[in-house]
Amino acid sequence: MAFYVVQFLTGLASAASLFLVASGLSIIFGVTRIVNFAHGAFYMIGAYIAFTLTERLSGAFGFWGAIVVAAFAVALIGVLVEMVLLRRIYHAPELFQLLATFGLTLMVEDLVVLIWGPDDLVGRRAPGFKGAIDFFGQNIPSYDLFLIVLSPVVLGILWLLFQRTRWGVLVRAATQDRDMVAALGVNQKWLFTSVFAVGVFLAALGGALQIPRDAVHHAMDLRIIVDVFVVVVIGGLGSIVGAFVAAVLVSELNAFGILIFPKISIILVFLVMAVVLIVRPWGLFGRPEAPARRTPGLTVNPWRPLTSNERLAALAALVVAASLPLFAGNYALTVGSEIAIFVIFAVSLHFLMSVGGLASFGHAAYFGLGAYGVAFLAKMAGLPMIVCLLLGPLLGCMGAAVFGFFAVQLSGVYFAMLTLAFAQIVWSIAFQWVSVTGGDNGILSIWPEKWAASPSHFYWLALGVAALVTIALRVMVFSPFGYALRATRDSLLRSEAIGINAKRMQWTAFVIAGTTAGIGGALFAYLKGSVFPDNLGISLSVDALVMVLLGGVETVSGGVIGAIVYKALNIWLVSQTDLSKLVLGGFIVLIVVVFPKGIVGMLEMLAQRRRKTSPPGSPLLAKPIESAE
Amino acid sequence: MSVAPPLLAVEGLTKSYGGIHAVRGVSFSLRAGEILALIGPNGAGKSTCFDMLNGQNRPDSGHVRLLGEETTGKKPRDVWRMGVGRTFQITATFATMTVRENVQVALISHGKQLFNLWGSAPNVDRGEAGRLLELVGMGGYADRPCGELAYGDLKRLELAVALANQPKLLLMDEPTAGMAPRERVELMRLTAQIAREKSIGVLFTEHDMDVVFEHADRIIVLNRGMLIAEGSPAEVRGNPQVQAVYLGEGLLYDAEHREGASA
Ligand SMILES: Nc1ncnc2c1ncn2[C@@H]1O[C@H](COP(=O)(O)OP(=O)(O)OP(=O)(O)O)[C@@H](O)[C@H]1O
Ligand SMILES: [Mg+2]
Repeated sequence: MAFYVVQFLTGLASAASLFLVASGLSIIFGVTRIVNFAHGAFYMIGAYIAFTLTERLSGAFGFWGAIVVAAFAVALIGVLVEMVLLRRIYHAPELFQLLATFGLTLMVEDLVVLIWGPDDLVGRRAPGFKGAIDFFGQNIPSYDLFLIVLSPVVLGILWLLFQRTRWGVLVRAATQDRDMVAALGVNQKWLFTSVFAVGVFLAALGGALQIPRDAVHHAMDLRIIVDVFVVVVIGGLGSIVGAFVAAVLVSELNAFGILIFPKISIILVFLVMAVVLIVRPWGLFGRPEAPARRTPGLTVNPWRPLTSNERLAALAALVVAASLPLFAGNYALTVGSEIAIFVIFAVSLHFLMSVGGLASFGHAAYFGLGAYGVAFLAKMAGLPMIVCLLLGPLLGCMGAAVFGFFAVQLSGVYFAMLTLAFAQIVWSIAFQWVSVTGGDNGILSIWPEKWAASPSHFYWLALGVAALVTIALRVMVFSPFGYALRATRDSLLRSEAIGINAKRMQWTAFVIAGTTAGIGGALFAYLKGSVFPDNLGISLSVDALVMVLLGGVETVSGGVIGAIVYKALNIWLVSQTDLSKLVLGGFIVLIVVVFPKGIVGMLEMLAQRRRKTSPPGSPLLAKPIESAE
Repeated sequence: MSVAPPLLAVEGLTKSYGGIHAVRGVSFSLRAGEILALIGPNGAGKSTCFDMLNGQNRPDSGHVRLLGEETTGKKPRDVWRMGVGRTFQITATFATMTVRENVQVALISHGKQLFNLWGSAPNVDRGEAGRLLELVGMGGYADRPCGELAYGDLKRLELAVALANQPKLLLMDEPTAGMAPRERVELMRLTAQIAREKSIGVLFTEHDMDVVFEHADRIIVLNRGMLIAEGSPAEVRGNPQVQAVYLGEGLLYDAEHREGASA
């Protein structure tokens, strides 16, 4: 019995940091409508700075002072980020904001290693809370008790802040009514900045307070952000009470899940999240959101199938690509195969994003599942390569069918967060379930059979599959299904009013995209001869997003071009520098700020500008709107 | 001998939001081929009624029956499949698609081709889409991106989309808002003609009393969620309660005055 009580208290103590970070995220979202992916990064910087300060400053005053100073310092960094970066993108689509803050996260990961080194850092114990308290023979660290008391205190302070101060009133008004914010005029800028600062302060405080409990390391940002996303999805974005309740719930599930399913405890949290999302898609304490806001000045560039000339050109490009083995060496062919595989991966996500309007932040899960599918079939069942290639992607298909079903119940940022959480769950299973997946060591020596073994043969295989997949998806874009899917993206209201079951269309699109990604993953397993948890990791998911955005979401062929340019650049970069995350992160931020239409989008715009000698003369266009009741 | 059920029968429809009684016990019916106007001042509950008729919104109590079949509690897409087309007060169209494609999507849905992954959508029901667009006077705009259209043209496009499933009942929430006076009359004349030809029942709301009095067979008047009058245009115009509601808005007076002047 005592053991369970202690387990419960440990869960409560873990909830403290989670609550601090999640409430910060919620407050920021409430006012600015930005889902700050970099929140985990701020949490991590908070921990690192607090570590350095507590090492330098001595005594109790030094320790607690250091924690608070660290949180303030990070809040200051947050203010800088808000003023320099976020202010430029408040009006961009949600997806771009999430992506920009992700770019920041990548940069921070490299910077942190650059400054503090790659090793885990073990911090000081908190003065006054070094010991443990005996509870019927079980030890409870007294610091845990401190944390247990802390979170309701913080909740109370936040409550007072929001109820009793002028600033709090403004924040609540802004959270409740978006148009109110605009009416604030000049004040709005500073309201946003201050809200961002408070949110970041809470995240950094959460990080700093972790150092007596846990080592500081450079992957702690991703670990917490996934938990935080789960917490805010369960609790409801924008609700602080929701963040509190959900943080406790998730922490307790983790604490007891370890006892029930020691290997795959994260499953339990996932199940609870799934149930909550079915019953209350906007979370326990959240309010249903108005449908995702439309970006004003939406580009109106109707899509059309390729003309016969363009088809010939595409064919010519394919022929040129196919002749690569005639003059290129083995290394170039391997790179070529990898690019072809990433074209498959990118077009699959592009289909989901541009036609379905669903931005998955965890698309690598299905790529990786395809790769693991091949690995299982080849290593355990010993099936021939062609069978593995055909059946392996089915694992991606099944994953997409299960997760997609839940994900399409949501939209916008909720959809993005949920897909990310799902991908992280799949990753944890691959990582933790060592007896089946080999864990971190992966599954090795999955080599292609003789007919596909030489670099040129494998290249032709990859290129051929990539071409087929691209053509198939293009056909779907212009099929009745593709039209109806685009319709659900443009107006949910209208499409439901003309008999379209939007969720089912989106689910189908999700499964198609997941299966296609799985095909890419299956080839990838054979290209590398092995599979690892990284094949379904977050950074791969983001690679896919960047490829799509770089090519252009609003275009039909953006996926292909984006994949070729990005992958070639990426392979080259990694060979040139150790700080590839820093460069990549900077590159993402740059795309979002200066290049929002992508390469193909920009080319189309240029072409159109040249074509347009006179503006379209519509006499009706100029007609005044008499009454817009 | 049993009497055939009316096209649309509404009974005791009620909806409130917190303390606001948006719609209170509204009952009326509509015959095939009949054009019924639902009028009332701003906030009277007209759009809320519409939303409950096509399943967009769930009534607190009351029933909606289409040809005797209960539609209350059904989803909009299922009500549509029963033969109810609608247009919205704030137009809802597919902004990144062309005008023709907007209609084609409705035709694709009507033809149960939604999960056809291989066909060529640009060629699906192209002729039929063109015909519907001609019908509402949008034939020349077929290849325009829908996002570029003027508001009045969007309303027309919505009518074409609403006609795509050969509806039995058309619900039109302020179909002529945003149009010039002459266009309003034209559009309603067209709607009336289609309704009579195909024996479609039409329920519409409208703030322009000229349009209402000229085209409605019958009028029902809603005020603060309650039906306060029902009858032919002449009866409703003469109803003192209705006049009281509209007093100050000058609409009824205007309409009468103008009619008197032209006579
Ligand atoms: N979702 C909602 N939540 C709260 N109140 C609502 C909601 N929808 C409508 N109302 C209220 O119900 C009442 C009726 O609104 P409704 O839109 O049906 O009026 P209407 O007759 O269509 O007005 P208008 O002529 O301006 O279009 C109004 O008081 C409105 O404020
Ligand atoms: Mg209305």
